Amino acid sequence: MKIGIIDYGMGNIKSITNAVNHLNHTASLLTNPDSINDYDFLILPGVGAFSEAMSKLNETGMNHAIIDCVKNGKKILGICLGMQLLFAKSYEFGETTGLGLVEGDVVPFDKEIALKVPHMGWNEAIATDNYFKDLSGDYYFVHSYYCLPKKKEVTLFLTNYGINFCSAINLNSQIYGVQFHPEKSQHLGMNLLKRILV
Amino acid sequence: MLKQRLIPVLFIKNGLIVRSEKFVNHKIIGNVINEVKRYNQWDIDELIYIDISRNTFYDSRRDDHKIQSVKSIDDILDLVSQECFMPLSFGGGIRSLNTIKKYLKNGADKVVLNTMLYENPKEVKKAIEIFGAQAIIASLDYKKINGEVEFYKDFGKSQLDMFSLDTIIKYIEELGCGEIFLNSIDRDGTGEGYDLGTIRRVVKNTNLPVIACGGAIDIFDFEEVASTDGLSGVAAGNMFHFTENAYPRSKKKLKERGLNFR
Repeated sequence: MKIGIIDYGMGNIKSITNAVNHLNHTASLLTNPDSINDYDFLILPGVGAFSEAMSKLNETGMNHAIIDCVKNGKKILGICLGMQLLFAKSYEFGETTGLGLVEGDVVPFDKEIALKVPHMGWNEAIATDNYFKDLSGDYYFVHSYYCLPKKKEVTLFLTNYGINFCSAINLNSQIYGVQFHPEKSQHLGMNLLKRILV
Repeated sequence: MLKQRLIPVLFIKNGLIVRSEKFVNHKIIGNVINEVKRYNQWDIDELIYIDISRNTFYDSRRDDHKIQSVKSIDDILDLVSQECFMPLSFGGGIRSLNTIKKYLKNGADKVVLNTMLYENPKEVKKAIEIFGAQAIIASLDYKKINGEVEFYKDFGKSQLDMFSLDTIIKYIEELGCGEIFLNSIDRDGTGEGYDLGTIRRVVKNTNLPVIACGGAIDIFDFEEVASTDGLSGVAAGNMFHFTENAYPRSKKKLKERGLNFR
């Protein structure tokens, strides 16, 4: 399968590229929307600040290209910040509008839960869907904000960090998002990527 | 709830993996390529590479090591990130923002800094602004002299007289680093067990995640140090090289004892 990894200058693109190639797919980096229609599956990675990421996507017109592709049925997987960008709005450093492919907000961990932020390290994600049940287990997380989908049924995995939060989403097996890094989560992460990238 | 991490540390000298003792004696024990394969099979939590080469000469003549050594740290990064899908940290000899950028761009998730923390704090701060605190690990290398904890830079060669345990932690926190790698020079490669007293003091004194390193010889050392309240990671070098399947066996035992590991 031809997989387009959206490269907007934020995050460890090399790891996800290696992971995709390792699974015998062909990964290409997309820095502009020109050839976006040639790919079967898009991956939106990312580490960093939400607003900076959005302004980089807006600069190249990648934002509209992604939205159009997904509205026309193309599959997409957002990883970490990439998952958050799929949502309508983030409250990181003020309010920023996201791609709006998923209804809901991105919010900070409440300081009252008194756990260390960023939430960094291995934590358990539990599948809410039978088809993914065997992939429940420990994944590698690094983040300070989390996604709050408006519709509960889009939640694919739940993780506990002071509260139970949505650590992965699945909309009609077309739009996927994972808050953790499957490309850093050893064999379990690779198995999850394998299951999603079809 | 977050798991505690068990982290192998690989010391690399001139492109080959070495056993380290008190930061001074180094014996070649393997090559990077074979080790990568082994660690991949073991499903480990995280891997730390420390390059302790004193020059940039990579000893590729050592063909008697069955597979030749690698030529540079970039080659290692390239090789490891193609095979290993886990968090990778690189350290040793990093002095500038450019090197940090290069490593993080080429597949490392974090860098481990020591001398640069004191000699180039401006660029450490800059790196934290760009990549976030989670990408920068501060290595606190120390010796105990007459019962006092003394910190060092330059691979344990120069003492940092101006710092005490309390002030160095404050310094690291103010710089904005995301994690502390607490490394006992005295215990390095000795198998005397972890320096529990100092580890407890550091964990108590900071909100940053702490990884303890230096002195492990067996699973009981892991168990003992892992019971420290609030300790995020347990690291070891030599032990994983000399005991058959040490990593998976240790993980299994730690979990059996009810400790919070993956």
